[in-house]
Amino acid sequence: MVNLIWLLMLLSGIIVAGYNGRIEVVTEASLEAAQTAVNLAFELIGLMAMWLGLLKIAEEAGLVGLLARLLRPFTRYLFPEIPRDHPAIGSIIMNLSANILGLGNAATPFGLKAMQELQTLNNRPEEATPAMCTFLGLNTGCLTLIPATIIGIRAAANSTDPTIIVGPTILATGFSMIVAVIADRFLRKLYNGFRGDGR
Amino acid sequence: MTEIILEVSRWAIPLVLFFIPLYGYLRGVPIYETFVAGAEDGFKVAIKIIPFLVGMLVAIAIFRASGAMDLLARSLNPLLRLIGVPGEVLPLAIMRPLSGGGALGIAAELISNYGPDSFIGRLASVMQGSTDTTFYVLTVYFGSVGVRRYRYALALGLLADISSLVAAIVICRLMFA
Repeated sequence: MVNLIWLLMLLSGIIVAGYNGRIEVVTEASLEAAQTAVNLAFELIGLMAMWLGLLKIAEEAGLVGLLARLLRPFTRYLFPEIPRDHPAIGSIIMNLSANILGLGNAATPFGLKAMQELQTLNNRPEEATPAMCTFLGLNTGCLTLIPATIIGIRAAANSTDPTIIVGPTILATGFSMIVAVIADRFLRKLYNGFRGDGR
Repeated sequence: MTEIILEVSRWAIPLVLFFIPLYGYLRGVPIYETFVAGAEDGFKVAIKIIPFLVGMLVAIAIFRASGAMDLLARSLNPLLRLIGVPGEVLPLAIMRPLSGGGALGIAAELISNYGPDSFIGRLASVMQGSTDTTFYVLTVYFGSVGVRRYRYALALGLLADISSLVAAIVICRLMFA
């Protein structure tokens, strides 16, 4: 689907430019954009490095483990079928913490580890378990406290107040996390009722 | 309410910068060395997104410079204006669940084009920060363990995405419009 959207943007752009008799803007715009992309990525290096460095400290200092213990009531409620001290819980919390800290790319390694551990609890390896669905729903609708990447982009664009969007982001993601938790319970029931096998 | 949120926005990052290193130090972690070891990955991540950014920024630049984007935005404007949403953010809303790099490209474009402190710039920032790359996460996470049947995971992910998009629009209109 990304492929189709990309193709449609390219083709429709070139067709419209040609139709308007301004085909040369395609050449200019594409070369300029490629350069912009690299500059943007370089401006992001510092920011990403800072957050990943802090995350590493949080991990080594045991903050992640502490978080796992603090959040036990929530993980018990959200993932009732995962055994109490299963390693999947720790990975899930690390992934969600990285998401909450706005470190999307740092979250991926933890997320993949969590999925591998959840898969060890799966009797039908080709099919997602309810815990996997819950985990992915939380991942998508996760509370974000610090949208670090976008703050970096705003700062790079010389915003007078790059962090002004933090509050609205916390509110919007808090709302979607609540929606995800409620929808997960609802869809789980609906799906089980539909399948009638109680799984 | 707005005052409180703005204060939280101003203090969030300084507090994290204060608390995590202090906690690590008190726990006997060699904080500087640990930080450097973690920061090393930042370079890799930033380099890894360059292809996504180039691909998307080029397509978007062509799409916009040609006038095709205006054509699309104009045709959808009346509908979006009814709910107070600038048509310029529509491509971001569509791209966000599909491609993280792509959406980041669109958001960065909107921010540099309209200014980071414009309504469009702020709305794009909140939309980008609030939603997630559902299709990517689903494909990569499930793919990594060989799960082929997703159950209701896609529906759940898209529902979460749509709810954060709507919330982002409502909150931005209340705070920034």
